[in-house]
Amino acid sequence: MDLINIALPKGRLGEKVYQIFEEVGYECPSIREENRKLIFENPKLGVRYFWVKPSDVPIYVERGAADVGVAGKDILLEYLPDIYELCDLGIGKCRMCVAGKKDFYDTMGRTLRVATKFPRIAKDYYASLSRNIDIIKLNGSIEIAPILGLSDVIVDIVETGKTLLENDLEPKETIVAISARLIANKVSYKFKNQEITTLCGRVEQFCRLREEQSKNTAG
Amino acid sequence: MNPELTLKDDEWAIVRLRMLYRQYGYTYYKMSEFEEYDLYVRNKNFLNTDNILTFTGADGKLMALKPDVTLSIIKNTKDGQGALQKVYYSENVYRPSPTSRDYREIMQVGLECIGELDLWAMAEVVLLAARSLETISGQYLLDLSHLGFVAGLLDQAQVKAEERTELMALIGKKNVPALKQACERLGMEADMARDLCRLATMYAPPAQALEPLREMVRNRKMAWALSELESVCTLVGDVGSHLRLDFSVVNDMNYYNSLIFRGYLPGLPSGILAGGRYDNLLKKMGKSSGAIGFGVYLDLLERVEPKGDSYDADVLLLYGPDTSPAQVARAAGEHRRAGFSVRTERQIPPGLKFRWIKEVG
Repeated sequence: MDLINIALPKGRLGEKVYQIFEEVGYECPSIREENRKLIFENPKLGVRYFWVKPSDVPIYVERGAADVGVAGKDILLEYLPDIYELCDLGIGKCRMCVAGKKDFYDTMGRTLRVATKFPRIAKDYYASLSRNIDIIKLNGSIEIAPILGLSDVIVDIVETGKTLLENDLEPKETIVAISARLIANKVSYKFKNQEITTLCGRVEQFCRLREEQSKNTAG
Repeated sequence: MNPELTLKDDEWAIVRLRMLYRQYGYTYYKMSEFEEYDLYVRNKNFLNTDNILTFTGADGKLMALKPDVTLSIIKNTKDGQGALQKVYYSENVYRPSPTSRDYREIMQVGLECIGELDLWAMAEVVLLAARSLETISGQYLLDLSHLGFVAGLLDQAQVKAEERTELMALIGKKNVPALKQACERLGMEADMARDLCRLATMYAPPAQALEPLREMVRNRKMAWALSELESVCTLVGDVGSHLRLDFSVVNDMNYYNSLIFRGYLPGLPSGILAGGRYDNLLKKMGKSSGAIGFGVYLDLLERVEPKGDSYDADVLLLYGPDTSPAQVARAAGEHRRAGFSVRTERQIPPGLKFRWIKEVG
């Protein structure tokens, strides 16, 4: 049997994702061992996991090095990979927002300077509003940009809004809600159809049950 | 020497594909190298790309390196001829690679069948698509979809034109959670929304898929689409086991109107064959006939595992500064007459592999 290759995003989100896969029957105990290995196999269950940088997950999947993977909707919107988006895992929830200094108000009179890690999302959003903007692509610490006057606003991911608040910024608009998605390579989906649909079905059911449970406890 | 080992995978594939198309009576169509940019600009959505390599021709006209072959063939089609026009081509096209987003030269081999199409003409093209894949790998899959079926369902649900684009994109991604939300937002009836989601996730051989599809039929358009699909699946005969029905194969409905298909080989990251029936494109270009065709993109074949013989040459003949050229020529000639490939060198070239290394003199 061919193994299903699964690309996991390195970091906290990836660990949560692995936990879901483990709970629905795709465990791979060697992944929990403390070492520097990047690839982990459980041939009995037919899975091979590997850790990659979160923004690289769609690349591995699109080019078929991974059959399936988990990536944030933010990354999918930014890179628009040609893949199947099979399931919303309902974790890693946050929002793509426009944020700026508390006292900033867009008078629409000047070109808006927008600093962001996500130039395509920002461009598409402002194009839909027909707003003229100047994109400033940054790779990190986006919050500093409006404080130092590099930009008027930023387009970035907001989880709790704490970082913004501590830097005297606030979210102004929500562009889109973000969460982690299960994605699949289009060709793998065909040749490993049964394996991938089974995996996807189990993950989906798990996520749905958990969502219902959390609603019930909240209710 | 075995020609199969001499030719690269893509070259060998071209030879076999051309032989296949000739066997079915298709005639070769040779195209001009360049086209006027105007042709592509009017049909950008058909090409699925805004990026076309252009240059100024000698007479000052804006010209383009062909991003596509079909448009050129259609442009030169005469309308209203009784007989079908069956042509095949092998041409280089220039378009951005979907993964690296930069221009690439892609070898494309394909065929078009134009005229008053009947079911058999359509089935033959699907059959040839399957046989084309078969010449490259026995393990291929050919996905079929029918845009009329999806459009019929959307008609029934009274989905407006501008909302269709969004729904079709979600179906193309098999993104059921988002599709459900979109249907809810548009106020679509629950049973139609459910069927639309079932169409998006469906991936099954015709024998399994046709029954659930029959249950979804709600109007004449859907019934017509399903009967076309069914007939084609039956008419193609023994390649039927490689067919899968997949309605996530979508394409611009302004150009394509009925059957569309994609071909896949194991081990390649994306599809290698794409085609469909595109009567609407002909209509846009002021012609009344029907047309169906496909292209095979051969650039991906380098990714297939190389074939058996991995030697660069059978014999490496080494000669020194004192060896006479006549001696080298004689030794090499003897080996070649014995049927071996020979490379002559003064030193062993790094990185190459030879079956035998011999010294002359």
